[in-house]
Formats: sequence, C-alpha cells, structure tokens
Amino acid sequence: MNSYTLPNEKGQFGIYGGRFVPETLMKAVLELDEAYKAAKKDPSFQAEIDGYLTEYVGRETPLYHAKNLTKYAGGAQIYLKREDLNHTGAHKINNAIGQALLAIRMGKRKIVAETGAGQHGVATATVCALLNLECIVFMGEEDIKRQALNVFRMELLGAKVVSVTSGSATLKDAVNEALRYWVEHVEDTHYLLGSVMGPHPFPVMVRDFQSVIGKETKKQFLAKEGRLPEAVVACIGGGSNAAGMFHPFIEDKAVSLYGVEAAGQGIDTDFHAASLTKGKPGVLHGALMYLLQDDDGQIIEAHSVSAGLDYPGVGPEHSYLKDSGRAQYHSITDKEALEAFQLLSKLEGIIPALESAHAISFAVKLAAEMKETEYIVVCLSGRGDKDVTAVKERLERERS
Amino acid sequence: MNRIEKSFKMLKDHDRKAFIPYIMGGDGGLNNLTERLLTLEKFGATLIEVGVPFSDPVADGPTIQQAGIRALQNGTTLRGIIAELTKAREVVSIPIVLMTYLNPVYSYGISTFAQDIAKAGVDGCIIPDLPMEEEDLLATELEDVGIELIRLVTLTSPKERIKEISNRGKGFLYTVTVKGITGTRNEFDQEVVEFLKKVKEISPIPVVAGFGISNEKQINELSPHCDGIIVGSKIVDLFNKNDLTGLESFMSVLKPEKNII
Repeated sequence: MNSYTLPNEKGQFGIYGGRFVPETLMKAVLELDEAYKAAKKDPSFQAEIDGYLTEYVGRETPLYHAKNLTKYAGGAQIYLKREDLNHTGAHKINNAIGQALLAIRMGKRKIVAETGAGQHGVATATVCALLNLECIVFMGEEDIKRQALNVFRMELLGAKVVSVTSGSATLKDAVNEALRYWVEHVEDTHYLLGSVMGPHPFPVMVRDFQSVIGKETKKQFLAKEGRLPEAVVACIGGGSNAAGMFHPFIEDKAVSLYGVEAAGQGIDTDFHAASLTKGKPGVLHGALMYLLQDDDGQIIEAHSVSAGLDYPGVGPEHSYLKDSGRAQYHSITDKEALEAFQLLSKLEGIIPALESAHAISFAVKLAAEMKETEYIVVCLSGRGDKDVTAVKERLERERS
Repeated sequence: MNRIEKSFKMLKDHDRKAFIPYIMGGDGGLNNLTERLLTLEKFGATLIEVGVPFSDPVADGPTIQQAGIRALQNGTTLRGIIAELTKAREVVSIPIVLMTYLNPVYSYGISTFAQDIAKAGVDGCIIPDLPMEEEDLLATELEDVGIELIRLVTLTSPKERIKEISNRGKGFLYTVTVKGITGTRNEFDQEVVEFLKKVKEISPIPVVAGFGISNEKQINELSPHCDGIIVGSKIVDLFNKNDLTGLESFMSVLKPEKNII
C-alpha cells in the first residue's frame, strides 16, 4: 500500500535532505524532531490544527472548474484549487498554524521567520497575533521594496520586520539572517520556516502541514468527477505548495505531477530561479538539494519577477522526485507569468499571485496537449493583490 | 604524529596554551596569503585557521562576512587557496587548518578535496555546517589521507553529546564560547567558564575556546580553563586595516611569561 515512506530517520530523501546546520542548532533541531514525532501521534494536536483551519483559515478551500480558462486553452479540463481564498491570501497559513501550535507545545513563545514575497511573513505574523506569540520576520531589502504593503501588514499584526541588506537582499539572505538570529536565540525561539527546505524535520513537517491541500483536492475531485485527475500542477520556489499538493498523490502513479519553476528572463540567461532545471546538488540552509551555484560551489543569486520564487535552492523532496522521475519540473518565464496573471484575471475574475501565475501559464500549455476528457488540477497558491502595484508599474514601463 | 598533535604535545610539555588566529583566505589578495601566514607564525601563532570564503556563511558575523565578500570579489576560490597553501607550506612550519562551509567542498568533490589538501600540507579541516550526524559524508575520506576533522561543541550541546563528539574528535575540540555567530563580544556570560570546565573534564583531546574572543581580559578569563584560544574577527579586522603593529602588540600580550604561548 504505502510504499513511499520518505524521508528516513535522518531526514533523507535519497541523497537529499539531512541536517547540515551548525552544532549550536543541533539540540533545537533534534528536539523539534522529537516534538513533531510525538505531536503527529497525538490526535488532539491534529484536532487543534483542524479546528483553526476550519474556523479561522476558512478551509476547506473550493476546487473550482475554470471553464473559461479551459475553453481558452483548448484541451484538458482545468480545475483550480483555491488556496488564494485562505485567510491571509495564500497557502502559507496552513504551515504557520501547525508550526506555531507545535512551538507552543514545546514551550516556545518567540517566533522568528524569513519571508520572500511576504506571504509567509504575513501568515506567521497573523498566527502570532492570534496565539499571542512574539514575532520577528527577516526580509530582504529588495523584497521590502517590491512588497511594501505586506511589510505594513506584518507590522500592523504586531510583528517586527527586519530588513536584510546582505548578499542579493532577497529570500536567500533573509534565510541566512533568520538562521543567524536563531543560532543566537535558539533556547526560547522557534524558527518558523516557511517552505519544505532547511534541516530535517522542516521539509517533512512543512510538507505534512501543507498536505491538507492535496488531501482536500483528492476528496473534492473524486466527489465531482468520480476519479482522479491526469495531472496536478503547482509552482515551485522552495516548493511548499507543490509538496502539499503532490504528497497525497504520490502513490497514484496514473496522476502526473508537474512542478513549475521561475525561468525569470529565460533559463539560458543568468537571470532565473530554475534550481531543478539548471542547478546541481549542493548544501545550503541545512539541506542537500538542487542549488544554483557556480563551478566553485558559491551560490548564485536567483532572479524572478515573483519574490516568492526568487530562491536558488529547492526542497530536498523535490530534488529526489526529480531524480526518481516521479515528478516533472518545467519552467515559465517572467513574461509568460505576467501574461497568465492578466489572463486569469480577465477570463475567470481571479487575480493570481505572480508565483501561482507560473503554474497557470504552464497548465494552459499542458492542457492544450491533452484531450477534453482529461483533467488538470492547478494549485492556485495565492492571490495577486500583493503584486498588483508591481505588475502595474512593469506593464506601464513596457508600454512606454 | 600529525603536526597538530605534535604542537599540542609540545605546549603541554611546556605548560603553555595555544594561540590560534583565523584569517580569511584571499582577503587582501591570495598572493598575500603566505606573507600573512608567516607574519602570524612570527608573532607566535601555534596554528593558523585559514577560512575559505562562501557566499552564504550562516555561522559568521559581519566582520568575517565582509572579509568573505572581499575575498570572493577578488576572485578567490577554494582551488586557488589550496594552490597558494601548497606554496606556503614550503616556508610555514606551524599547522594549518582549513575552515570551510560544506558546499565549496561538496562542489570540489569530497575525495579530490581530501587528497588535494593533504598534498598541500594542510593538517586539519573545520566545517561549521557539518554536525556529527552528517560527518559520514567525508570523515573517512579525510582520515584516509591524515587530515584531522576538527569537531565543534557549543553551549547548547548536552553532556552526552559533548562526550560523543569529543570521543570522535581529532586534533582539538573547537569549543564555541558564545550562543551565536562569530564576531567580537565585550564579555562572556558567567556560564562560559563553567561550560569550559565541563568540556575540559569530558574531552580526551585538547579543548580550544573560540567565537567572540577579542581582548586580553577575555583571554585571561578563559585560558586557565582550556588548552588554547581562537581569535578570528579581531585578527581579520587588524589585517584589513593593515595594522601590523596593532597585530603584533595584540599577539604579544600572549607571551610565554603570561602562560599562553
């Protein structure tokens, strides 16, 4: 039955994953592993999470048959899993609730987090406000500029936002600073990591908390169509919404899994974030995974119009799924994502996050190659309100 | 016997402590590396830690981060450092330990890395993002060519863990004296001395204190409870200011009569 049991005890998915962190963090990482294992076995923990997901987040989210988009694509039927309708506007809160409740179980009432687009930062700040936890969020200076509204949201929610100026001043550097902060405050602080990356148990824990996406999708799709879809599609930065969408389908070999990376200005330029397509295995932020790096093992800055995909690595499980062939990974350029952003807005009245627009763009191409009797489910991971200003400026610039 | 073991044995025979400066390889230009090593040897270093610059040094504070950025900007690579150390070995006689994050090593190829640094006359290797749980990745490769993998213990390591790490340990046990990253601190928590005493009691190999050490007062406070001290950011800063007089005077507080070296 369940032949897929990864990761192993050491947190490895094949060669990927592990716990490559400074010794100062090992005690906390091992304690977190124990605490998560215990919580997972405790039905009252899952019940507590479910309670918040239903009453506070607004789950379950709809599975919506996007008929206009389907017609436009001219092939397979496209369904959208509406994670954009979650409280705070993205899938990130599924994980934030789970980890915050776990931190409280561990007696930790201080939270540190990193954020790229600001969606994870907002989700974390929200949950911290709700549960009365202290919250500090590290965010790259470049992202602060791109996502000013989310910075204000986090502050409104009572979080302290710290601007990170080192390196490329984006998500990777925010993770570096959050890790440094955690090293200094490890005894009373939980690092609420926002994606399926970092040292074990983060990749498996975040995947599990996000798996509600795939579980609901499967149940809803079965109820609507009486069978499973041919394909599921999700965008990939670190890879959390994709991991949550894919995991419940892993054993269903007839369902193809497609991850969509950010090709930025093109994967043959120096400006993209396609770690799986163009990177090679290496170690960063606690895990062995596919990484954008030069010949000397220095990490290369990632580039994407979408702040949430602007990361040079990708979760260890996706690295494994790529090598094993169970999932396929493609990439979509900034230009294509911007087109999809406008397309979904016009056709369906849904403004997607730029991250999710990558998945939409790929799904339209994929659908065109499939039959009308076949089905694709796209994880619409977040809503696009946060991106409207940046897209407006960019489109105006391009027109002038 | 490895050069590191010999050095610690000699210190022990003379009832002295080790002084270990850290420099960032390639900071100030790779062609200055040998000269800097010779300067530190002349000023009384027991052993020198040579850092390999990395784009994402999560265990380092601002001083060493900046040194790494300078080194990368002038084109420093792990390959370049190994080549320069090969030349340096002809004139430098004290032990040299490479401090590098894992990814440059992983990218270089683990067994090639081990063989190349052994050929270059490097004596040991410190990898701050490689905890005990992951060291199988390269411990054997290093051991096979006689490179000592220097392990770290920290204020957050439980007693049983310190025992296990120090039992596996080679060369010396790098004992991190702050809860945090590298960089100068003005003073230590009282618990640091107690921690050093505890580690000293447990460890079968020499115990060396490092992270946050930058002045004579701290050195006097810590050195009675360990076998040596490591100074990083302060040394990096003095070299960056090209303040050799300051460096000599800083290192001269650590003379034999002061029972350090």
